[in-house]
Amino acid sequence: MRTKLQQQIAFFIFRSLGLLVIGLLFWILGFIVYHGAGVISWEFLTTAPRDGMTAGGIWPALVGTCYLVIGSMVVAFPLGVMSAVYTSEYARNGRIVRLIRIMTNNLSGIPSIVFGLFGMSLFVRTLGFGDSILAGSLTLGLLVLPLVIRTTEEALQAVPATYRTGSRALGASRWQTVSRVVLPVAFPNIITGLILAVGRVSGETAPILFTVAAYFLPQLPTSIFDQAMALPYHLYVIATSGTDLEATRPIAYGTALVLIGVVLCINLLANLLRRRIGKHAHKS
Amino acid sequence: MIEAKDIDFYYGSFHALKHINMRIAAQSVTALIGPSGCGKSTFLRLFNRMNDLIPEARLTGKCLVGGEDIYGAHVQVDDLRRRIGMVFQRPNPFPKSIFENVAYGLRVNGMGDRRFIADRVEESLRAAALWEEVKDKLKKSALALSGGQQQRLCIARALAVQPTVLLMDEPASALDPISTMKIEDLIFHLRSTYTIVIVTHNMQQASRVSDHTGFFMLGELVEYSETRKMFTNPEKTETQNYITGRFG
Ligand SMILES: Nc1ncnc2c1ncn2[C@@H]1O[C@H](COP(=O)(O)OP(=O)(O)OP(=O)(O)O)[C@@H](O)[C@H]1O
Ligand SMILES: [Mg+2]
Repeated sequence: MRTKLQQQIAFFIFRSLGLLVIGLLFWILGFIVYHGAGVISWEFLTTAPRDGMTAGGIWPALVGTCYLVIGSMVVAFPLGVMSAVYTSEYARNGRIVRLIRIMTNNLSGIPSIVFGLFGMSLFVRTLGFGDSILAGSLTLGLLVLPLVIRTTEEALQAVPATYRTGSRALGASRWQTVSRVVLPVAFPNIITGLILAVGRVSGETAPILFTVAAYFLPQLPTSIFDQAMALPYHLYVIATSGTDLEATRPIAYGTALVLIGVVLCINLLANLLRRRIGKHAHKS
Repeated sequence: MIEAKDIDFYYGSFHALKHINMRIAAQSVTALIGPSGCGKSTFLRLFNRMNDLIPEARLTGKCLVGGEDIYGAHVQVDDLRRRIGMVFQRPNPFPKSIFENVAYGLRVNGMGDRRFIADRVEESLRAAALWEEVKDKLKKSALALSGGQQQRLCIARALAVQPTVLLMDEPASALDPISTMKIEDLIFHLRSTYTIVIVTHNMQQASRVSDHTGFFMLGELVEYSETRKMFTNPEKTETQNYITGRFG
């Protein structure tokens, strides 16, 4: 009787906490939608800011963020997947694997502003890329590399060992086993990791501060050596350094809403991709 | 045909196989029996060098297959594994279609064109007594098959690359009696073409399917003789005790 009561109380507490978290999430979302939805319009999405950023839209920042997301994934995805494949499928020396793990864990613990500084020093100055999409993508790519590596490793380790032994026993080489059996099975989970990475990248401000982000740049970038605006930094700018902060507040919320929208869209897209490829891998 | 000479095998410091000498005749079925943990699987994995994948494992002695020292310096391990097929205790088809499962070994070994592969797949599925059941759904996922069908698919997959030897590690232990019977029938049909070594915990199975039986205990080959003799008139008391179910 008593244990039953205890259990009920415990469940009650857990359920309440769970609901609290969900409530909080909806509150934040609702808050931003409530304040930001008013400014969202086709014009807001597709024009550049005007009048000292108190009017107009966010088009250049939206495009800049998309470029940075794509650029950083081009950097982090192949590198991260390859290094995860190496550590979990190839490396036989446990010491080296452990060392790599420790390094990637440490890397993921470094504050993002430090990545910004590092990116500025290496990519902007030393390699001479200047403030550019290239430098920003490389910096963001490095920032999410540990995340991509870790999620890919987990995805690979979730593939049953019996698939590997089955494949090796048929005379497949290690690489054939990885490329034909292990990676296709792990792919959906690898994509999940990619989604997390995209979410992280699209919201980061510190790493792009000194490497790519332009305060105000109405025209779109034309090459990877151009500067670009980006949503999170734009949000920061209009929320803190305008002439009339109260007047631009709705624009700030609108920008935040678009930022969230972008992340959600990318998640959705990646999920669709994941489904399709998951199904496909199953069939063929 | 297969010969183990003075085999000692270690997992780190654990001495898993102790001084084993065994000659296995070609085109016959040899059963390996013995209590759990006595080293049957370890012994079986020597012959397609699957033990190589285990870190810290160490082997001394010689393994000959068809006169060739399979641990010799010139041996291509992947090619050896093609020539010596293996079927595992738990059916482990790949999460691919039935067709692709059987074609897999051919593809990774670069054997043949589309036509050849399609023919081989059908031939192998027929040889594994599965063709009639799956011929209309070759494109369907192999994971949708029953456990017994999956195991026969794994056998077909192993046969597709035309091995000479088939190593089977308790191939029926995860299956129901009817599926088990089908696998045994299959082994009976395959014996004329392949050299089969089968590990089993099932004494009736060993006596039904095999020509010779080896009894392992604690890493040693205690007794090895014709199956009929082994099950009617074993030489050692340990063997007698084990096969009559008094321990193990
Ligand atoms: N990868 C490994 N690392 C260390 N020890 C191992 C490993 N695989 C097996 N062993 C040990 O070697 C011994 C023999 O194992 P093996 O799997 O060959 O036994 P088995 O006769 O096949 O048993 P079972 O009938 O339960 O399958 C066991 O004591 C086992 O604990
Ligand atoms: Mg075993």
